[in-house]
Order: sequence, then structure tokens, then C-alpha cells
Amino acid sequence: MKPKVAFFDFTGCEGCQLNKLNFENQILDILQHVDLVEFREAMDDKAEFYDIAFIEGSLSTPSCVERIHDIRRRTKVLVALGACAVNGGVNAMKNLQPIDEVRETVYGEVKYRFATLPAMPVSAVVKVDYEVRGCPMTQADFLKLFTSLVLGKQPPKYTSSVCVECKLKENECLYDRGMVCLGPITRGGCDAQCPSVGQFCTGCRGLVDDPNMDGMLEILTSHGISLDEAKKRMLLYNANEVRI
Amino acid sequence: MTRDLNINVHHLTRVEGHGNIVVNMKEGVLEKAHLNIVEPPRFFEAMIKGRSFHETAIITSRICGICSLGHQMTSLKATEAALGLEISEQTALLRKLLVHGATMQSNLLHAYFLAAPDLLDAPSVFPLIATHKDVVLRALRMKRLANDIGDIVSGRAVHPITPVPGGFTRIPTRGELEAIKQKILDEGIPDCVATVETMKALAGAIPQFERETEYISLKDKEEYGLYNGDIYSSDAGTFPVEEYLSVTNEHVVAHSTSKHARHKRSSYMVGALARWNNNHDQMLPEAQAAAETLGLGAPCINPYMITIAQVVESYHCMLDSVKVIDELLSKGLKDEKPNQSPTRYGRGIASTEVPRGILFHDYTYDNKGNIVSGNCVIPTGQNLANIDDDMVKLVPEMIHKSQAEITHALEMLVRAYDPCISCSVHMLDVTFKED
Repeated sequence: MKPKVAFFDFTGCEGCQLNKLNFENQILDILQHVDLVEFREAMDDKAEFYDIAFIEGSLSTPSCVERIHDIRRRTKVLVALGACAVNGGVNAMKNLQPIDEVRETVYGEVKYRFATLPAMPVSAVVKVDYEVRGCPMTQADFLKLFTSLVLGKQPPKYTSSVCVECKLKENECLYDRGMVCLGPITRGGCDAQCPSVGQFCTGCRGLVDDPNMDGMLEILTSHGISLDEAKKRMLLYNANEVRI
Repeated sequence: MTRDLNINVHHLTRVEGHGNIVVNMKEGVLEKAHLNIVEPPRFFEAMIKGRSFHETAIITSRICGICSLGHQMTSLKATEAALGLEISEQTALLRKLLVHGATMQSNLLHAYFLAAPDLLDAPSVFPLIATHKDVVLRALRMKRLANDIGDIVSGRAVHPITPVPGGFTRIPTRGELEAIKQKILDEGIPDCVATVETMKALAGAIPQFERETEYISLKDKEEYGLYNGDIYSSDAGTFPVEEYLSVTNEHVVAHSTSKHARHKRSSYMVGALARWNNNHDQMLPEAQAAAETLGLGAPCINPYMITIAQVVESYHCMLDSVKVIDELLSKGLKDEKPNQSPTRYGRGIASTEVPRGILFHDYTYDNKGNIVSGNCVIPTGQNLANIDDDMVKLVPEMIHKSQAEITHALEMLVRAYDPCISCSVHMLDVTFKED
């Protein structure tokens, strides 16, 4: 029987979901191998149980926490898709400021009207079986995981940094162009997508397992980047992970 | 007719983000007709505080994946205005091409995948693969072409990489642009013609409902305005973009986490139909002819026709993309570096037409180029009051129909606006109480 697959979105931009609708060349093939039972952004249907549930977005309200429990109860496998679901993503930047200040910046006088929690990765609340990193997740990365799961294989794990992938592509180092690039501490798997088109790595795939933070700070400061600016850059996508 | 009616559509499907439709009628008197927005809050205005101008667009484009290119363009323009960064003619042309690609991508996604199933009485596009395979394949081909423009010119169609303040980190090659142009000529334009035929066949299923409102969009003196222009209101004429706050008048309402907007009336409309009503005479002639074929008059006051306006606009963008590419190629592509040397620090306000309507970004930077404060006014937020006003008129007109029919008409109405709820609640959350 085809696996029953569902997609859910929480606090995020739905860009990862959109990337799935952008598989124009593969989507009809994909649909032959799975039974798509729930995908609110594209269809009306709802289902009771799933073999694989893909979760996009971070958890940032009490109702998010309730919903994720409900989904976890009903699915055999749970996959976190994209930076927001994997580590909180840009949403987690709000966690760095006093929550009262954050509320006040946005709501002003009615700041207590709306219930909000710190932006959490899915794994902070329920067990996550697999993850696809990135902001947005790359289509190639998603397809690798997807085919692995359908075939019952272990999906690939990425242990080296973006910097390694960038060197293999023989790109000019962006530090030599005066940019601040987080490639040295960021988990690879994206094929150094951004540095390859001249843009600095923002760290969207999260940190490598054992990041050399002292080394990273040294690179930054040796290129005339102030320590404050350097720390700030690292927090863009890793506010829940970086402790500096 | 005196009648009780309680409609509660929880988490409406085939729209971006989370919204509920709530309608209560007691003994024939309409007590409530709202689109409730229940999307979790993001707090973007708080997140960007203190961040460098190099990062602003990276962060604000994450307000929404579907609208990421539009947010990025508007954000870059606002940052450039704040820091006094001039951009080259080539940069402006490349951005116009990107806006065309993003407009087509989003309009076609909505028309084919989200709205068309309603016209064919299907719960989603997926069953249509079996019954209308050639149409689905055409839709996928057109969406791919639109995304190719984004992938090639900006490095990635969802959350573009190469557009930065002052220009691009990578300029597409002549060969890449020539290949896009060829694909538009070979596939894109014939597919647009076929799309018009398909939509003509479906147009009979579009509900007849009319409500005149105020239509607000950009208006460009030179061309059909998407990337540049002044604010234009069908009620009140032209306003400079810098005066956007006096037009949008955002305010908090009890039933929505996203703020509402009003200008000359209780509500106004933005998006493809507003653009059509305000600027139809600037569309390319082939697109205007397609509008006539599809029964889209000007002005058109039926909100269900937004989908048709999106199709017509996509055709215009497809045709105009060829013109933009020709202009880029005839001027010769220059390997320019982005201009990132600020000449001033202060406040910058900018506006772009994104698929769902007019978008404003407004930033103030300190003298180190870090954000002091920011504000984004989102098209879907601007449309919410208009949707509510449509529902208030629509429900009594349909009151002799069954609850299921009324519910379906309301769902179709909200979907016609192609609401982008993630965008609209980039900052506000709601606690929603049912009566």
C-alpha cells in the first residue's frame, strides 16, 4: 500500500510548502508513489492517520503545542521541514529580546491581548524522526529524504560545513570580497548555494555538530568585523543554538 | 426571510495561512460575517531591530514564502531610499523581470491550483490530474517557466539570493536570458493563449455578485505599474508613496489578528482586480483583448473576477518579459557590483505591487546602517475589511439558498482574493472566541 502522507504548517512563511508545489517536473511522479491525504494549502481533504507527517514552521503559541501533540499521536514518522521547524529559524530571534519588549514593539498598548511563547523547534515538544534543513529547504534535499523514506532507506546525513562544499566548487572566498560569511560553522548539504552566486552564507541550515566558535570569531574579527556584529550575524538563524 | 444561520469554516483550505469564516444570522438579521485570522504571530518588526541593512531584506522576505520576491524588492527599495543608494538602469530592469516572474508564478498558482478546482467542483487540483491532464501539465509548465525566471535571475525563486541593496551579487548571462526569452516565445505565450481559452470555458461557473468599492494600486506614468509608481485611489486620485499611512489607516479590530485598513470608505480593495480597474489601459493590447474574451470589463466590481484579472495580468507579464529581456540584451549586460556605500542614514519608504496588491515597507536606520524601526503594510491585511463587507452584502442576497451553498460561495469569495495570511499576520496574533 502507498504510504499516507500529510503536510502541516505552523509558525512560518510556508515557503517550504510552496517549494513542494514548485516540483513542476517531478510532482506527478511523486504522487504515483504516495497517497497525499492532507495538505491544507492545496487541498480540502483531511485524514485520521498518517504514515509520514511533514511539519513546517516553529511552535510559538499554546495552540501550536496542542496541534503538534495531536499530529504526533496520529503519525508513524514525523519529519521537520525547514529552518523554522528544525531549530526555530528567524522566528527565534524574538527569543533574544525580553518578551514584553517584543510584544510592545508590535502591539503597543494591547500587548497582552495575544498569547505568545518563545519560538521553539518541533523537537522541543515532540520527537522528530528526520529533518530537512534550510531556509527554504532545497528541493534536492527534500527529494533525497522523500525517496529514502518511500524506499525504506536511511536518508543522507550532512556532517561537513558549507565552507567545505564551497571549496569543492572552487568559489572565491567571500571574506576576500569583504563579506561576512557563516560558511565555516554552518551545516552543509545545500551545495554552497548562496556563496556560489556571490552572496554570504546566512547560516540557515544550522550549526555543524561541533562548531569551532572560537575559530569562527577569530576569522570574523581578523577581517575587521566587530565582535558584536559577528555575534549578531550568527544569531540570525541560530538564536536557539548559539550561546556566545 | 427570517432564518437562523451559523457558518463556521475552521482553517479554510486552499489559501496561504490560517483563517476561519464565521457568519451568524439570527431570525434573518445578520449579526456577524467575518474572515477571522488565526495565524500565529511572527513579530517581524521586533526581529529586525538592530540588524544590519545587509540583512533587512533577507529577514523581511521570510514574512512569506509565496510573496518572498515581492517583499524582497520592496524591502530593498526602502533600504536604498533610506541610505541614499542609487541603482543602475540594469538593476531596475532585472528587478522588473523578476517581478513579472513572481507575479506570473503566484497568479497562475492561484488561478489553476487554488481557484479552478472550485469552478470544476473538485476538492483540489489533484483529482484533475486524471480528468484534465493536459491542462494540469500546462499549468505546471507555466509555473516552471515563471520560476525559471526567479531561479536564473535571482538564484532561487523562493527566497531569492542575489538581489541585495544597491544591485545584484550575480548578473545573469546573455545566454541565460536568451534561453528564457526563447522559452517564453516557444511555450509561455502559446500557453497563455490556451489558458485564456480554458478560463473562458470555466468563466460560466464564476458567481455573479457585484459590490462597488474603492480600488487602490500603484500607478506608473510610463507603464502598467508593478515595480514603480505613485499610490492611486479610484475614489481620490494620486498620492505620493511617502504618504502611505494616510491611505492605509491600519487599525486593530476585535475579530482579526491582522490589522484592517480603510481610506475613503469602510474598506478598499487591492490586488489584480484593483490594478486592472485602475490601469487596464496600460496593459499590452493582447492582454486587453484577452480580458474582453473573458468578459472582464473595466471597471469590474465582481470580486470573484479577481481570478480572471490574474490570468489577464499573467499574459501581460509574459509578453512584457520579452520586452524587458530585449532591452537588457540590446543595452549589453554589465558585470556591475552592487552599490553599497550609503550617502545618508534615515527613513526610507517604498512600495511595489506584489501579486495580492500594493505593499509598503518603511524603515529607519541609524548612522551605522542598523535598523531603528520598521513597518510593513501588507496587501492581504488591506483586503480583509473589504472581504468582510462583501460577505455582509453576499449573505442576505443568497439567503434563500442552502447553508452548504452559502458556505461554498463564501469560501470561494475568500479564495478569490487569494489571501496570504502569513503575510497579513506578520505581526499580530488573535485569540478567537466563538459565540
